[in-house]
Amino acid sequence: MTNDEIRTLILRELRRIAPEVDTGQIDASQELREQVDLDSMDILNWMIAIHEATGVDIPEADYARMATVNDCVAYLRERLK
Amino acid sequence: MADFLMPSLGADMEVGTILQWLVKPGDKVKRGDIVAVVDTEKATIEIEVFQSGVIENIVVPEGQQVPVGTLIATIRTDGEVAPPKVEAKPPPRPFAEAATKPPERRTAPAPSPMPAQPPSAPHRMRISPLAMRVAMDLKVDLSTVKGTGPEGAITRADVERAAKAAAPKPEPAPERRPAPAPIDHHTAMRRVIAAAMSRSKREIPHYYLGTHIDMGRAMTWLQAENLKRPVTERLLYAVLLLKAVARAALQFPEMNGYWIDNGFKHSDAVHVGVAISLRKGGLIAPAIHDVDKKPLDELMANLRDLVKRVRAETLRSSEIADATITMTSLGEQGVETVFGVIYPPQVALVGFGRIVERPWASNGMVGARPVMFTTLAADHRASDGHRGGLFLAAIDRLLQEPEKL
Repeated sequence: MTNDEIRTLILRELRRIAPEVDTGQIDASQELREQVDLDSMDILNWMIAIHEATGVDIPEADYARMATVNDCVAYLRERLK
Repeated sequence: MADFLMPSLGADMEVGTILQWLVKPGDKVKRGDIVAVVDTEKATIEIEVFQSGVIENIVVPEGQQVPVGTLIATIRTDGEVAPPKVEAKPPPRPFAEAATKPPERRTAPAPSPMPAQPPSAPHRMRISPLAMRVAMDLKVDLSTVKGTGPEGAITRADVERAAKAAAPKPEPAPERRPAPAPIDHHTAMRRVIAAAMSRSKREIPHYYLGTHIDMGRAMTWLQAENLKRPVTERLLYAVLLLKAVARAALQFPEMNGYWIDNGFKHSDAVHVGVAISLRKGGLIAPAIHDVDKKPLDELMANLRDLVKRVRAETLRSSEIADATITMTSLGEQGVETVFGVIYPPQVALVGFGRIVERPWASNGMVGARPVMFTTLAADHRASDGHRGGLFLAAIDRLLQEPEKL
């Protein structure tokens, strides 16, 4: 997957979980949870959706490496290699 | 013959609108089956049936609003013989004619069954409750809507598209006086919350207690547990709180039940209401049933399912009506302290603040620990502060042995 494909995928799954979010307004270099109201259940559901779409099982310890959209893309790109 | 009445789905519900029947006369049902979808002011609720048997008559048609307690269907319970066929009686008090609600809110009749369908197959239009409600609000005739969802299901987008297509062109400057704005669900939900919370503060003499709980053991245990689990089976710490509340409620029966008719009625079952906030504002506290008896995995599955359905607005009647105690957790990003307002006729609400790292002295040593401020709002008619304090201490103790929860 290219970076763009990964970005499209994670934002699509995010919109499913938080339909009111305009993902076009998200600053990809800023912390996601400062911009979008997500609770721990939302984050878990998002991780499950990403897992189902990519096969990558993201351990809890790695959540810290996924703070921004750019971080998520970089992390998934590395895991998908 | 059993009467099936419009259920009361919470202390402040007075009327409900049948959005959709999922059964027809002659259908077999068993206790717990979902038979209808009802719109209340607060949410769209799937109504479960309490008797097993055969649906005899549908008395209130789709689209009609009736008061709580109105006969909406009759059920021939198991063992009864079918009586001679009688015509369905009209509802005793059709609320639509009570001048409170304009009758045009009725939905369009469901399209007739496909000719290819065998007569025994239950006919059911494929449409989500949300789409159904949008259709009612926009007065869209569903028989004209083409579904684009899975298996031809009508989605909210389909309904909105149909409404747009059918909308008449805006007339130029019709009248100066604006038409009364239709009540949207957000406004309706605020009213229901307002009614319940006002009643609570008017009638319930609350007392409040709070204590700090060291969550170190619970979080360490949870981390280790989640390391062993695939992402689909991971637990959130909220399920530990849920189970601890339920186990403590078993030990302190005066926290678990209802204050009704000037007396406390204890409940043997522990159904914990979980306050879940909606994305667009407002909240609902549906119950997870028999929390004390369920393992953590099952509770986690229940909680995930519940949050999903709250946000998709497909709750079931029993979940809305019968919580025996409620908990609220403000999660990781909220504040440290929450003092709840009891949901009548319940008598207690446990509030969990955010877990924060704090200096914590124990055995003469000071260390940094994840600490959670836990509160109890309880009804002083049903219990006293001393017992309330012991109840909170029991929750603390239970959370120190997470592996036993």
